[in-house]
Amino acid sequence: MTTDTARRGGIRLGDRVFAGSAATAGALILIVLAAVAVFLIAQSLPALGAGPGELPGTAQNFWVYVWPLVFGTIWSAFLALLVATPLSIGIALFISHYAPRRLAQALGYVIDLLAAVPSVVFGLWGIVVLAPFVQPMYSWLVANLGWIPLFAGPVSGTGRTVLTASVVLAVMVLPIMTAICREVFLQAPRLHEEAALALGATRWEMIRMAVLPFARAGIVSAIMLGLGRALGETMAVAMVLSPALVVNMFLLTSINPNTIAANIALQFPEATGVSVNALIASGLVLFLVTLGINMIARYIVGRRRAFSGANA
Amino acid sequence: MTFTRFTASARITAPVAALAIATIALSGCAANERGTGAADAAPASALKGTLSAVGSSAQGAAETVWAAGFQTDNPDVTVNYDPQGSGAGRKSFISGAADFAGSDAALSDDELGGDFALCTPGSGAIDLPVYISPIAVAYNVDGVSDLRLDADTIAGIFKGSITRWNDKALTALNPDAKLPDAAITVVHRSDDSGTTQNFTEYLAANAKSVWDAPASQTFPYQVGDAAKGTSGVADATKSASNSITYVDESGSAGLSIAQLKVGDAFVTINAKGAAAVVAASPLKSGRADHDLAVDIDRTITDADAWPLVLVSYVIACQQYKDSAKADLVKAYAGYLATDAAQQASAEQTGSAPLSAELATKVQAAAASIK
Repeated sequence: MTTDTARRGGIRLGDRVFAGSAATAGALILIVLAAVAVFLIAQSLPALGAGPGELPGTAQNFWVYVWPLVFGTIWSAFLALLVATPLSIGIALFISHYAPRRLAQALGYVIDLLAAVPSVVFGLWGIVVLAPFVQPMYSWLVANLGWIPLFAGPVSGTGRTVLTASVVLAVMVLPIMTAICREVFLQAPRLHEEAALALGATRWEMIRMAVLPFARAGIVSAIMLGLGRALGETMAVAMVLSPALVVNMFLLTSINPNTIAANIALQFPEATGVSVNALIASGLVLFLVTLGINMIARYIVGRRRAFSGANA
Repeated sequence: MTFTRFTASARITAPVAALAIATIALSGCAANERGTGAADAAPASALKGTLSAVGSSAQGAAETVWAAGFQTDNPDVTVNYDPQGSGAGRKSFISGAADFAGSDAALSDDELGGDFALCTPGSGAIDLPVYISPIAVAYNVDGVSDLRLDADTIAGIFKGSITRWNDKALTALNPDAKLPDAAITVVHRSDDSGTTQNFTEYLAANAKSVWDAPASQTFPYQVGDAAKGTSGVADATKSASNSITYVDESGSAGLSIAQLKVGDAFVTINAKGAAAVVAASPLKSGRADHDLAVDIDRTITDADAWPLVLVSYVIACQQYKDSAKADLVKAYAGYLATDAAQQASAEQTGSAPLSAELATKVQAAAASIK
């Protein structure tokens, strides 16, 4: 009894400090999040009840104003993932299963380096290099495949369309998606792989049978993390996209739906009065959209845990 | 708990301290370097302190030139101008975060009716026009370098009713130019801006039959491409052929600038004409004696006048609570209206120097700051 108390007394200080600091850190993140939510909600209220004339543009009420932005945010992120997902899975597979060890290492470094490039630089690259480069292709697409609704004209003269912005976004989300996929692929059980090969599977068949099923949950998490980044990306979109307050799915015209984050960045400096509240309220909507998507992602990853490597 | 709090505060304090030291070192250094040259020539100025301002990005480049010039004359003064935008500038000034604001729009009646944190209650704030910039209609069409446009045609192009370069309206104005049979790529601002406000004001006043949207900071029609900022639209126009945009003249390097039909003559863009339009325009009525908010008359048709012009203001208190601050703002605002300052910004940023008459008024108004 006495020794027990003494020992507990001995550890108590360090234990307490550590437990306390860990708890503080945990509580702090909740407090910060709550503070952000309270700020967003409090500042949003005037915009939510605002009528026509007070809001920017000709919007009748806040929901009419924010709907094209929500659509643009999700649409551009979706397009970015459409480009980035196969690419990042391919790169990750190449690094984990195809490339010679040294090349794989070098490639890994290069991909990680891509994650360290600031978004402004990607934006500049999009404006100066990518947009002029793809514009002739867009003209060709509209001229020859314009009957497909996605490629309907009139073609943008500058190439700054939602497709270009999405390609820039795709390049930006590649590093994180590739890194996660690579880690998951590397964890695929060696024995399964060797067994597949021993049964006469080619390398591709082995990957299909042993690696991809094992990595499914990991790939979903990678996609969701990429989605999170694509939804919130501001600067690159603000610089590259030629925005308007519209809802359309044309990829190659100069009238594109803007994203919430880019719209805030573009309009905030000159905004006054209720317009400021409207922008903050659109931020609240983005907050909710991101929250919703993260919850769905958690749900998917959790549901598939039974098949994942977590308990293999 | 205490442990955590300590680390957290240490973490925050360290960079803040480093920043503070860096700021002091940088500003001190800059002031000193300039000071050594001027100290021998001019008697040392008694002014001391720091002016911090937030405001219009249009006058941002000019403010840099002016701050450097003012700090040369007053080695102990530091002027910081943060070009966040006009709206941000007015907000910061009203809340007291900025000593004065730079703004492409004068204070609205609503804003004038409210309180200003730095001003003595009831004294109000005044608008001083210090920066005039002609706005260019700039284009990029191969083989065309002397395009002539009138307000109706510009309105048609930027509204989207004129879509091709060989449209009748354009060929009628430019019988000698070889206009291509190509679509017009219109480029406008994607961010709210004073340039758009002034451009649409001009069109709303001169092309009433075509331009049916009211003047606004946001480009009103869904036509063509949008790009961010002066450099963004200039860049987009340069990279796309057969394109046209409106942009501050200072940002139009590398593009051709259209001549504008004013009255019956075609006018080439010129700083003097822009300043003359501002000088000939009446002041906004119903304002304080020293408030020089200009109600630009876009329909002036004098020879060489350039009514497509942007005026940017310095907004300051008529009477500051802090008299030291008042002395600084007074001296700085007075300096902005001097010939030297206006010429310097004209050379560096392509602005139009204030006319002598307006400059005198601005100096008188600046001198009235208490």
